[in-house]
Amino acid sequence: MATSLQRSVTTLDGQDGTPLAVGVRNLRRAFGDHTVIENLDLDVPTGQFVALLGASGCGKSTLLRILADLDTEFSGDVRVASRRAVAFQAPRLLPWKRVWRNVVLGLPGRPDKTHAVAALEEVGLAHRANAWPKTLSGGEAQRASLARALVRDPELMLLDEPFGALDALTRIKAQSLVEQLWQRHNPAILLVTHDVEESLLLADRVLIMKDGVIAHSVDVTLPRPRNVSDPQFVALRAELLTWLGVGDGDGVGDDPHQATPAAGRIPPQDAQESLPKRTIHS
Amino acid sequence: MTTQILSVEESATVHAPDPVVSAEPYASAEAIPARHTPTLVTVIPSTSRRRGVPRWIRRPVGPLLLLLLWQIASWSGSTSTELLASPWTVVTTFGDLVSSGDLPKAIAVSLRRAGTGLLLGGSIGIFLALVAGLFRLGEDLIDASVQMIRTVPFVGLIPLFIIWFGIGETPKIGLVAFGVAFPLYLNTYAGIRNVDSSLVEAARTVGLSRLGLIRHVILPGALPNVLVGFRYALGIAWLALIFAEQVNANRGIGQLLNDAQEFQRTDIIVVCLVVYAFLGLTVDAFVRLLERVLLSWRPAFSGA
Repeated sequence: MATSLQRSVTTLDGQDGTPLAVGVRNLRRAFGDHTVIENLDLDVPTGQFVALLGASGCGKSTLLRILADLDTEFSGDVRVASRRAVAFQAPRLLPWKRVWRNVVLGLPGRPDKTHAVAALEEVGLAHRANAWPKTLSGGEAQRASLARALVRDPELMLLDEPFGALDALTRIKAQSLVEQLWQRHNPAILLVTHDVEESLLLADRVLIMKDGVIAHSVDVTLPRPRNVSDPQFVALRAELLTWLGVGDGDGVGDDPHQATPAAGRIPPQDAQESLPKRTIHS
Repeated sequence: MTTQILSVEESATVHAPDPVVSAEPYASAEAIPARHTPTLVTVIPSTSRRRGVPRWIRRPVGPLLLLLLWQIASWSGSTSTELLASPWTVVTTFGDLVSSGDLPKAIAVSLRRAGTGLLLGGSIGIFLALVAGLFRLGEDLIDASVQMIRTVPFVGLIPLFIIWFGIGETPKIGLVAFGVAFPLYLNTYAGIRNVDSSLVEAARTVGLSRLGLIRHVILPGALPNVLVGFRYALGIAWLALIFAEQVNANRGIGQLLNDAQEFQRTDIIVVCLVVYAFLGLTVDAFVRLLERVLLSWRPAFSGA
């Protein structure tokens, strides 16, 4: 389906020589007279977890849709990893296919159940492999959608507010699951979100999108798992909120997740054995 | 559960409003519960709400009462048996028609006509809907013509069909086919066009080809609508059959009806109508079974 993308490009290196999973130059996208993205440049090195923050309507989802090859009405130079997977805010599982068939949908060859179950195992959903999607809870459906992305062994994962529709408790679990999966498989991740705290908990680099361009970039070098009450975390949070034009800098009380206790975050279960030493790209 | 609520009720009455305290409601923390005693109602679980008589017994009571009234009216002579035979006569006539073999033969002939017409018209309707639904070019070529032709009342085609096909089986099957093609076309086409676009997008991101998209997303997504169209089509098939069989038919239920009219046998007419009704119900039950098997993924709303 990727007709608009340049297939000929095999690799692309960033400034520091790291191969890129995403390389965008001079991107422009307009809906009629309304320009959403103007002259946008973006590099995402392989293995980096990037969060894209912005107010609603700033074009962050449009950018993700362009990278997912769902929106082709753009101009500019867009190069993305050929093996990429998308998880949306709604799980978007086919209701007429059992969970495991949804997971392996679109893979070449005959649907392989063991392959699907292995991916579902990773998101803790193997016991629901034979269920109909409509019988899953919101969190389970979202995890199934993550398994569907994961089973493709992507070099780039595009996550479009995947935790947006989840309740607060489920969201915390889902966030740490994504962090865990990223540490284990190490794809590049572009996470579109409007939640400042979420971006700081998960990402290596937080980008703020404003007026159709990347207005600000913050490298987050805090050790993982991160703690929302860490003074450095609080300072970064205030910085980002100021860039977003919210609050006067102290930031307390204008994010519903402020109250989330740091101790409530579930650390990766097998962080010790599977956590690779990560170098933070900058 | 009931005992629990009762005990709450008891404890509530213990804290009866104290006139001294309620005069100054916000004076102290103890004063607040004493201010107002709520009236408690017992909430009964739905399992014990059901009445003693099960539903499958309650439901046929209405029709049976109607039958009884009809029989009483015939006995008392308030309805002329010339105009409408009594239920009992209908039953005995039914027995006669079955034992003589007239009715089973007629039913077999009619069923074959309906089935053949349905198969023919259904395949044409669904095929056209697939072409129009899946391809822009198909839509441009097909949809306008189909929308135009479908406004023609199919009964009006009988004279034309007789001129074209004579008075054999062909015009009867043709009429059924013509009638059923449209509801299947319309519903299949709408089903294809109404498939959730977010699912189509998701399927594209997992790399499904156009063919895979049609097979795994669009056709299964349209299936509920196709089955609705199928149910409409079945209703129309019977209707078309009654019309077709009353014109120059020498076999079938319609011909039985026609003969009965000539000899003023209202009992046979009623038998034929009942047979039509039962065939319709049976076929509808079959489609519902089909829905339950094919759409088992859908958590059905079974009615409040």
